[in-house]
Amino acid sequence: MEYFNAFWVGGLICALVQILVDKTKMMPGRIMVLLVCTGAILSAVGLFEPLVDYAGAGASVPLIGFGNTLWKGMKEAIDANGFIGLFMGGFTSCAVGVSAALILSYIASWIFQPKMKE
Amino acid sequence: MTTQTKGRQSIAFAQPVSILSGASMVGQKEGEGPLGDLFDCICQDPMFGTESWEQAESTMQKETAQLALGKAGLTKEQIRMIFAGDLLAQSIASSYGLVDLEIPVYGLYGACSTMGEALSLAAMAVAGGYGEYILALTSSHFGSAEKEFRFPLGYGNQRPLSATWTVTGSGACVLGRKGGKACITGLTTGKIIDYGLKDSMNMGACMAPAACDTILRHLQDFCRQPEDYDRIITGDLGKIGQRILFDLLEEKGCDIRQQHMDCGLEIFDAEEQDTHAGGSGCGCAATVFASYVLPKVETGEWKRVLFIPTGALLSKVSFNEGQTVPGIAQAVVVEQERKA
Amino acid sequence: MGKMTQEEKQKKAEEYEQYVKEVTPTHSLPMNMAKAFLVGGLICVLGQIILHVAGNYGLDTKEAGSWCSLLLIFGSVLLTGCNIYPKIGKFAGAGALVPITGFANSVAASAIEYKKEGQVFGIGCKIFTIAGPVVLYGIFSSWLLGVVYYILKIMGVFV
Repeated sequence: MEYFNAFWVGGLICALVQILVDKTKMMPGRIMVLLVCTGAILSAVGLFEPLVDYAGAGASVPLIGFGNTLWKGMKEAIDANGFIGLFMGGFTSCAVGVSAALILSYIASWIFQPKMKE
Repeated sequence: MTTQTKGRQSIAFAQPVSILSGASMVGQKEGEGPLGDLFDCICQDPMFGTESWEQAESTMQKETAQLALGKAGLTKEQIRMIFAGDLLAQSIASSYGLVDLEIPVYGLYGACSTMGEALSLAAMAVAGGYGEYILALTSSHFGSAEKEFRFPLGYGNQRPLSATWTVTGSGACVLGRKGGKACITGLTTGKIIDYGLKDSMNMGACMAPAACDTILRHLQDFCRQPEDYDRIITGDLGKIGQRILFDLLEEKGCDIRQQHMDCGLEIFDAEEQDTHAGGSGCGCAATVFASYVLPKVETGEWKRVLFIPTGALLSKVSFNEGQTVPGIAQAVVVEQERKA
Repeated sequence: MGKMTQEEKQKKAEEYEQYVKEVTPTHSLPMNMAKAFLVGGLICVLGQIILHVAGNYGLDTKEAGSWCSLLLIFGSVLLTGCNIYPKIGKFAGAGALVPITGFANSVAASAIEYKKEGQVFGIGCKIFTIAGPVVLYGIFSSWLLGVVYYILKIMGVFV
């Protein structure tokens, strides 16, 4: 059942974003920014948690999940460290995602050559 | 000296300028297209044996220049000057491609209309007596253009149906005072036309107003009708741009549906090759002209054609700053050489 | 043709834009949405499988989530290098853009493309050409929300 929920919620988010892509001609960079910020806000107002409980990876794998992670880390850091936590939480919480993308991509740049589109 | 200007924006050469040769070199995808058999050289390696897309384009330009010289039976010392351009910032494909040839160069930028610009200036230079033989040359490369104007090639974006596919190819023509089977008898210089469109993924629509303006101006300057041409050949308007051009001309009471042909629509099979609206880039008009149009004029199958490469004048910066995309179109009249 | 006023120009531009919109064909939206739904959904299922397996190994939610991100990113980078992810992106549109794999694809594609321009100014500067804004605005928006949370906390709204 959890697989089914992950499938349809994740799929639905993508399908909704597709409307945005096709109707507004927004560049992918803007779409990604919008998703992350939306995720952070949803998470801050407490709407994200129920969604994750219901859909699991269907909510956390789309980039809005990245926003959720950022907010959760921010909140924890503020709770634990006060003011300075404002400057700790973000990067701590997204460490795995950003590090993995950077490190693996850099290694990939050693191995792979640019290729023509087909 | 007799003046050779005609109308407001045109030139009618007192002595037609001869096209001695045309040469073209393309990449694999273009080679697999409908005009595949006509190109002089098809390179299967998209890198053209070099390290980067930019160097690949330079190499292609150098090879094409040499092909054109060979076909005209000239050595590089006999070429007085080159008019060349490409799509990259600061025209680096031309600069690095032509450095080894050691021929004087004027670098041009007219986006995809550059072949029209190069042919126009080269023809004027020959007609003015500033050179016995002059080379006009342009190139574009899918990889370098994507990188320059859009995304890294490995990025998984979806292209809208209005998008065009940048041609990997280079085309060159040697112009001279006499000796060819085809000649340039006149030209019309295009104005920059801006209808306020901002969609860089629909360049046909950005350029069609410019093509319309230049065509109307040309016909008026020369007091000709579309029927006076066997073909009116635009550069890379693509499917949507062509439709818009017809509509815009119709508003002005001009119909070129019978004569019109678009290089971008000829070079790819849109269905089979999944290129959407058509081909584009400096290399599109140049290679189609050198491989397909020129031979037909030389054999007399077409007696007189109007060749109008079109360009969309945008840069990455202008796009990011929310500027519109103006267009430009340069018209060149090409006719079969009459025996003296 | 006389000089047009700014207003007339604006109006003409709008008319032309409208006309261009009418004559420009577009992908079928329902079809595109269906493809995005399918591929996006499948990527999420893949994530769910990873979460599940990680859970079986006794990892907590947070660790499982990290493994999920890591493995999806690894897969995406690999597929980008092999020139397969662009094809998935072309087919699925938002279905490939929205999941974390789309973020990884944009980083990997930039790293591979710009390596010709050098380790520092090529890859180093341009690796975030597409994905950089995500990091900036992600961090900034969560910081902003954090500031609000911090102030409310001091005011005693949250206990």
